[in-house]
Amino acid sequence: MKINWFRYSSPATFYTLAGRMIPWFAVIAALLTLAGLYWGFFETPDRLGGSNPQKEYYRIIFLHVPAAWLSMWLYVVLAGWSAVGLVFNTRLSYMMAVATAPTGAIFTFIALWTGSFWGRTSWGTWWDWDPRLTSELILLFLYIGYMALHSAIDDVRRADRSSALLALVGLVCIPIIFWSINCPDPNQCAALHQRSAMDRVDPNILWAMLVTTLGLWAYSFAVVFARARGVILTREAEAQWVRDLIAAEAKA
Amino acid sequence: MSEFFSQGGYAFFVWSAYGMGLALLVAEMLLLRRERRTILARLGRLARLRNLDR
Repeated sequence: MKINWFRYSSPATFYTLAGRMIPWFAVIAALLTLAGLYWGFFETPDRLGGSNPQKEYYRIIFLHVPAAWLSMWLYVVLAGWSAVGLVFNTRLSYMMAVATAPTGAIFTFIALWTGSFWGRTSWGTWWDWDPRLTSELILLFLYIGYMALHSAIDDVRRADRSSALLALVGLVCIPIIFWSINCPDPNQCAALHQRSAMDRVDPNILWAMLVTTLGLWAYSFAVVFARARGVILTREAEAQWVRDLIAAEAKA
Repeated sequence: MSEFFSQGGYAFFVWSAYGMGLALLVAEMLLLRRERRTILARLGRLARLRNLDR
């Protein structure tokens, strides 16, 4: 079977397809997020012992880690659509990049905010210029920079291309964040507050985080698709299919 | 239930973190809904203007 992928790169096709998929993603998002949080709050120990003792406040992790993972992942998605746009010059790719950025910025802010409340209880400080905090803050500035640059250029095609280039350059930040948290060599990480090591985490905690992450990922699909539909309508306002759509809507 | 809300005395930290998350996601959804209505209303006005021209 041969699938013509470029058929889906037509904004008109994607507009309809996305509209049908949004409710499904919304339902999956609600179910998985609630399930993950229920698991995290009710099926996990109140206190953690070991080398890094934690009390109930560690439950911030069930929002903090999914938000931080998604903040990095959505940036990879943003840079990916930018790259596809620059290489194939497909309009829809740029529209997807533009639609992804605000949600990525929101998750980056949530990661920083929740991390701050966790840091206050766990380390005794709201903020520290620790590599992970600093690099995640730079990620937030990259998202804001992408959106600001895009909105500062009046010509949409130039705005798309310039901000796509910025997104690609900013991609260097992602491995830095990742390895500043998942430090490859403990001897070089003495300056870090604490190491995150997945292999020593209680399976209940790990699964609760993973399920919540999937839920918020589904949420991202729903809101990014919804935003992309808005971008498509705005940019294709003169196209015949949008005119037909609006005419049909007016009759209904 | 009150045990759940008190989170071992760390309610302020735990619920401030989750509260901000919930507030931002709800705000994002509401803004998107408003944005869509605005776009549809504008395109509807455009369509009516075109019909007047004919």
